[in-house]
Amino acid sequence: MTKTAAFEAGVSAALANEALQHALADVPAGFVAGRARQKAALPEFEGLRRTARDIRDHTLAHLDAYLEEFERNAVSAGSTVHWAATADEAREVVLSICRAAGARTIAKSKSMVSEEIALNAALEAQAMEVVETDLGEYLIQLRGERPSHIIAPAIHLRAGDVADEFRLRHDHLDASRDLATPEVMVAEARSVLREKFLAADVGITGANFLVAETGSAIIVTNEGNADLTMSLPKVHIVLTTIDKLVPTLADAWPLLRLLARSATGQAFTAYTTIVTGPRRPEDDAGPQSCHVILLDNGRSELLQSEFRPILRCIRCGACMNHCPVYCAIGGHAYDSVYPGPIGAVLTPALAGVGEAGHLAQASTFCGRCEEVCPVEIPLVSMLRGWREQAFAASDDWRSRTFLRAWVQLAKRPRAYGLAARIAAAILSALAGAKGILRRLPFGERWTRQRDFPAPQGTTFQDLWKRRERDEGPAP
Amino acid sequence: MSRNRILSAVRGALDPSHAPARRSAASARIASAPKHPRPNIAKLEGDERIARFAECLAALGVDRIEVQAADEVPAAIATYLSARGLPLRLRRGEDNILASLPWHHASDLVVDIGPAQADDAVGLSRALAGAAETGTLALASGPGNPVTLSFLPDTHVVVLCEQAIVASYEDAIARVLAENGGVVPRTINLVTGASRTGDIGGKIVMGAHGPRRLAVILIRDGAQRT
Repeated sequence: MTKTAAFEAGVSAALANEALQHALADVPAGFVAGRARQKAALPEFEGLRRTARDIRDHTLAHLDAYLEEFERNAVSAGSTVHWAATADEAREVVLSICRAAGARTIAKSKSMVSEEIALNAALEAQAMEVVETDLGEYLIQLRGERPSHIIAPAIHLRAGDVADEFRLRHDHLDASRDLATPEVMVAEARSVLREKFLAADVGITGANFLVAETGSAIIVTNEGNADLTMSLPKVHIVLTTIDKLVPTLADAWPLLRLLARSATGQAFTAYTTIVTGPRRPEDDAGPQSCHVILLDNGRSELLQSEFRPILRCIRCGACMNHCPVYCAIGGHAYDSVYPGPIGAVLTPALAGVGEAGHLAQASTFCGRCEEVCPVEIPLVSMLRGWREQAFAASDDWRSRTFLRAWVQLAKRPRAYGLAARIAAAILSALAGAKGILRRLPFGERWTRQRDFPAPQGTTFQDLWKRRERDEGPAP
Repeated sequence: MSRNRILSAVRGALDPSHAPARRSAASARIASAPKHPRPNIAKLEGDERIARFAECLAALGVDRIEVQAADEVPAAIATYLSARGLPLRLRRGEDNILASLPWHHASDLVVDIGPAQADDAVGLSRALAGAAETGTLALASGPGNPVTLSFLPDTHVVVLCEQAIVASYEDAIARVLAENGGVVPRTINLVTGASRTGDIGGKIVMGAHGPRRLAVILIRDGAQRT
């Protein structure tokens, strides 16, 4: 099966999955409404987006210098800085730190970079127990799934699914216990995971930002799991990528003011932690060593491509929350680490156009993702860029022939107008009084999942002509 | 070596001939950090600032207990804990201000000292600042206020002097660093409400991993309010 065919099969399965559709139906009332409330409460929101974009662009344009500054300051704070060009190298660095620490249990706070390098499997292959401590990540770890959303990894699950999973997996507990409410289940997960925290030898977190000025990592959570992960075990590993830098702490605040507002619709997450190195000589808590792993994995290449702006991304997830395609199919159908519009742009860049170029098709080009992106990434034109590259690389003669014919037609306004009028009349006649087509000639794949509204009245070009005649030329 | 490979790839992508110029631009920005525009909620002063801080705490579900002077803190904590049916036992660090409180005023309150233990029910810390813009407390790790006290116990009580309430995160960090002798502590913890999760069925539940309950004891101490 080709990548495209596999993707289409995944989409069909997602659309037919009632439980998933039920879960996705809550996204607009949750994250989307929450962001809208925060935006309404902060008149400076749009101005902040421009400031945030400029901070990220400045950092990327001076990235070599800030990486060196970060390294110098992190080392003087007592951290060990590791560089990893590829996923393989990053896994190897983590493994060697864990081996040196004699690690048996590893507590992990949510990290998309660790998904990117498939870290858990590598650790488990060395007989180390890895425990995801973000509740959503813990749930999908139990189920052997990957995150379906970058900030709400278990958004595809309902409370009942979680209860079933807990009954199955927490088999040391009374099988007939009450698991009727999210409160009871959170309490159960808390006590199971608290034991793991206390037993862990190594704690692995990601980083939302790295600060060159101080050599710090900034990590945000609502649960406090990153803080336990970085404070209880004797070793702390920050696994992150080279694009997460900001120059100074002063540069972090505009980004942090946007992050939670864009992501969950909170003004600020419960915990924002600036962590700088291991425990100090006078400290009586905290890890004895702190390692920062700077992974490239394709980002330095992106820096010199038309896709550089994707490196501005602060991983808030607003683009997927507002995407009609993501909200219809969920994250798993993308079959990539990063789903949604950001995933459709980033994945082909990281994995290659042959692997993931088809993801650019998962867009209606409606542009909502771009409208809500806190760092103003031009997601639509980047998706178009991938479509162009995928088209150039494609050997599907049918779509190439069709698109070539379309181009010829579109270049001839008179012929196009005539063809549009004929097509509109035929479709309108086929649809009858209801105005709805259940099947489209030559478009069965489109109408497999939905009805097609037949053209009403005249064509767009005719309407436009009439409008210009009645109201004068458009401004 | 990966370090050089990555740095030269980045340098190559950005035009290697301008590397020295980039380096000096970066040092200049770090030497004199930019002053980005702040939203109005991060610029409030006086009563408006104090009121914003209180409103944010209320919206976050944080309990707020006001006392007129530091001397009243131990009794206020004891009253708060007993009103909630919580054990009259807490743990705190070696913080000078917390150590100087008249703990004998609350004779039935047991006070342990040191980093949090697994079975501690109540942790007590002192915040070095409060940022009014979102009702955020700023704490610094160290023997004065071990970071584990903020995360292991079910209930976290935080003492904050009203004069330490500032407008913005920027001001809060400046205050933390000033109080810490200019040294960046291992962690600066910005705490905005108690631990929570929405990961099961989208419903917000308190006490995911950290405290279920957060209380702020606000010391007015000489603060004038009209």
